Amino acid sequence: MAMRRTDGGAEEGYEHYEAIVVGCGPGGAAAASRLADHGVETLVLERGVEAGSKNVSGGLIYAEESAPYTIDDLFPGMREAVGERPITDYYIHNIAGKKVKTYDLTRLHEHDTDWCDAVLRRRMDAWLEARVHEKTSETGGGVLTGVRVNGLLRENGEIVGVTCDELDPITADLIVAADGVNSELARDAGLMDWEEPDEWFQGVKAVVEMDGERIEDRFAIGADEGVAHLFSGDLFEGVRGGGFLYTNADTLSIGTVFHLDSLVEERAEPHELLDALLTHPLLAQWLGEEYRELEYSAKLVPDSKKVAHREPYRDRLVLVGDAAGQMQAQGPIIKGMNHAVTAGALAADAFARTRRDADTESAGRAYTSMLEESGTMGKLRPRRYEYTSVVSERPLVTRVVEGVLNSPVGGVAVGNPLAKRLLGRAYNSPLLVGMLPDTETGYVTLPSVIGEKLGRTVHWENEVEPPALVDRIGELTYDTDVGNPHIRLRDESYAASGAAVTACPVSAEDFGGGCYRAETVKTNGTEETLVSLDTQPCVECGTCAIVADTEWEHPRGGKGVEFRQG
Amino acid sequence: MRSVVLTKGVPDFSEGAVSFNEEGHLERGKTPTVMNPNDRFALEAALQTRVRHGGHVSAMSMGPPGYASVLEEAMADIYADDLYLLSDRELAASDTWATAITLCSAIEKYEREVAPVDLVFAGFKTADGETGQTGPQTCWGLEWPIVTHVLALDIDPDEGRLRAKRLVEGDVDEIETVEAPLPCVVVADPEFAPTYRKASHRLEHKRLRAETEARGEEYEDHLTTWDHVDLNLDSEYIGLDGSPTIVSSVDPIPKAPAEREATMVDPDDGEAMESVFEELTAFAGGD
Ligand SMILES: Cc1cc2nc3c(=O)[nH]c(=O)nc-3n(C[C@H](O)[C@H](O)[C@H](O)COP(=O)(O)OP(=O)(O)OC[C@H]3O[C@@H](n4cnc5c(N)ncnc54)[C@H](O)[C@@H]3O)c2cc1C
Ligand code: SF4
Repeated sequence: MAMRRTDGGAEEGYEHYEAIVVGCGPGGAAAASRLADHGVETLVLERGVEAGSKNVSGGLIYAEESAPYTIDDLFPGMREAVGERPITDYYIHNIAGKKVKTYDLTRLHEHDTDWCDAVLRRRMDAWLEARVHEKTSETGGGVLTGVRVNGLLRENGEIVGVTCDELDPITADLIVAADGVNSELARDAGLMDWEEPDEWFQGVKAVVEMDGERIEDRFAIGADEGVAHLFSGDLFEGVRGGGFLYTNADTLSIGTVFHLDSLVEERAEPHELLDALLTHPLLAQWLGEEYRELEYSAKLVPDSKKVAHREPYRDRLVLVGDAAGQMQAQGPIIKGMNHAVTAGALAADAFARTRRDADTESAGRAYTSMLEESGTMGKLRPRRYEYTSVVSERPLVTRVVEGVLNSPVGGVAVGNPLAKRLLGRAYNSPLLVGMLPDTETGYVTLPSVIGEKLGRTVHWENEVEPPALVDRIGELTYDTDVGNPHIRLRDESYAASGAAVTACPVSAEDFGGGCYRAETVKTNGTEETLVSLDTQPCVECGTCAIVADTEWEHPRGGKGVEFRQG
Repeated sequence: MRSVVLTKGVPDFSEGAVSFNEEGHLERGKTPTVMNPNDRFALEAALQTRVRHGGHVSAMSMGPPGYASVLEEAMADIYADDLYLLSDRELAASDTWATAITLCSAIEKYEREVAPVDLVFAGFKTADGETGQTGPQTCWGLEWPIVTHVLALDIDPDEGRLRAKRLVEGDVDEIETVEAPLPCVVVADPEFAPTYRKASHRLEHKRLRAETEARGEEYEDHLTTWDHVDLNLDSEYIGLDGSPTIVSSVDPIPKAPAEREATMVDPDDGEAMESVFEELTAFAGGD
């Protein structure tokens, strides 16, 4: 039996902390804060120059009534300090061309919701970091920024600590990998892989400047109110996914979330899909002509239904949040931050409970059962999805349902008065929404049939001119690690890595200023298309780790892109 | 570990800040004073010692009252605990010798009245005087060992010794490792690079920064000024009277003559190119 060493390998001269938390997003912050509550000496390592500088989310953080922990439990005053606006109204728009049918989804939104605020990650995470540093300092630890953990330190095959470029190796009794969607630690431990595009979404987002009063005026909300608008239908070239618009204090967060496999299949350009949303007539009522984009950003999002790890631990390593795939897409509602918070806190409690055990895996085991008992795993991997997806994602079933929906009969069915009333209700049912298959049917066909049959035509003139990709990149802040690219192409053939040319959110076919480019070269009379890579404009979204053949890691501590909004 | 860092102000030679009169002489009155750039390395070495071994750092400067701003910079940059300014009229116009005597007296007074010192850190040459003598002369006065051109520093507080890597410049630069007992004077090389490869060091660094920020604007509360009377110095030995060095004149460095002879050659003109090659063979040493 492996003994827990309390001297932490001091004989080898390694520095030792009782707990190391990697990443200071919501998952890491919650874990560290809870560990500090238990008096555990906790070191937090964050690769950004400040927490939040690497992070992107759409921006709605939920406090669920049924959750064992919410962010304001752990960080009192969080809403007052960094909440942009509480979300009080929630709509989905089904779009077919210029026809739009809108449903009020406030009931679905309020289901199991204590409160929900729009947030911007730079501001929120930086605030959390300061609180976490205060708390963990009291235990003899603290938060260090600008430190990227490279991987795991092993002794006789067992995980005992972490290694970094900036620091000597450090050992710990507990290692919390809260390092987000492209977790290097989860991969190093062999718990997660980056193989299948259908296990991920890609999120792209623009933060748009708008005066607070104008927001209240245009969205018909009060000073302490906010609204969420979702968009689905045929405006995204048949790519499975949808769009969102959330109101912040004096900005808007507008973005898209698509299934990565669908993006790749359709060879769609993510920035063009975002532009399709921004320039749709429906948005004219809100955006007006003085469109000013503050930041363009992107990040992968795991699909918990497929990848949430059922036993997210190995030795003394536990995974929390996106690193463990704990990101729930409940129909159109995206819940990642809240689950990361819950999981982080539970992992800390599990360690506190098993601290005296000699078995190094007992914290991981306790954490796993707490995820289960608290109902968290049930939300992340709903049983009913597992039953329904078996049938509903089969291509044949999809084809049949699609066929019916698109036929005059299907259209009539959706269009009949009874369906009119039922559809609104169906959308508001967490049960039905959770069962919606991950096929075109749910994302494209059904919404566009609804839009077509029930929608009203919008005639507004949308005058928004979104910035070109080159300007979007130009507006971002980078600290490039010159001569030390963080991504290397392993295979530069088009077959292996060509998908990245379109799927990378800062690259595009026929655009020379992005990360990925396709070039036709002639060798010995034969023509070949090769892919080349320049990591300078990279926004570290993780897409090419999955869709291209690369050696992918995050830039070294403090290097790379720095988001100001997030 | 208790360290005293010696720092001085120099005219800000950066573009836009520096001001010269018509004869090309520096106008000190119009040029703002900043910390001697090479002192930064001494400050970094002192901070590294403080972060790794704890203790106390005092920054000390000799100069006009305006140098208080240089000490303020030292406090903000390396979180010095307190500041000492050696300043009065009698000290003005000191050369390196008189400066070293003044600094020695101040360190001795510090040791008598504040606390014994383990390390004195000095910068490598100043940006205006460029003599590089103050550090060595001060250590001579203190009768302490001195280690110069320090690139990296390790201290063993229990043994009361330091080990340093120092740059030995020669035809081929060498790095030599030396050991010395404390107390000792350390002159940091401009290539001195502090290293913080332990998380605990970085956390301590961060703690000190926060603590210094909290002290904020009130650096003057931590500033002690000593004049020549406090230092018990006879005015014969200090200031202009105590300075044996006389700068007899300052010669401008002659500029390269502006007019050179140039002949334009059209590369397509074969004959002309040939003559170029002919002329060049003389320099190529061949035929
Ligand atoms: C466009 C988009 C919209 C979204 N919308 C929502 C939404 O509305 N609501 C919601 O709840 N969720 C949303 N999400 C998902 C949500 O952002 C994530 O689920 C959530 O951020 C996960 O939190 P985390 O703490 O696990 O990871 P992260 O927030 O990603 O934090 C990981 C941290 O680890 C750091 N890190 C990574 N690697 C290392 C390393 N090697 N060494 C040191 N530090 C490292 C990172 O810098 C980062 O600070 C959205 C995501 C996207 C992309
Ligand atoms: S290079 Fe890869 S990680 Fe970087 S932005 Fe493009 S797809 Fe994302």
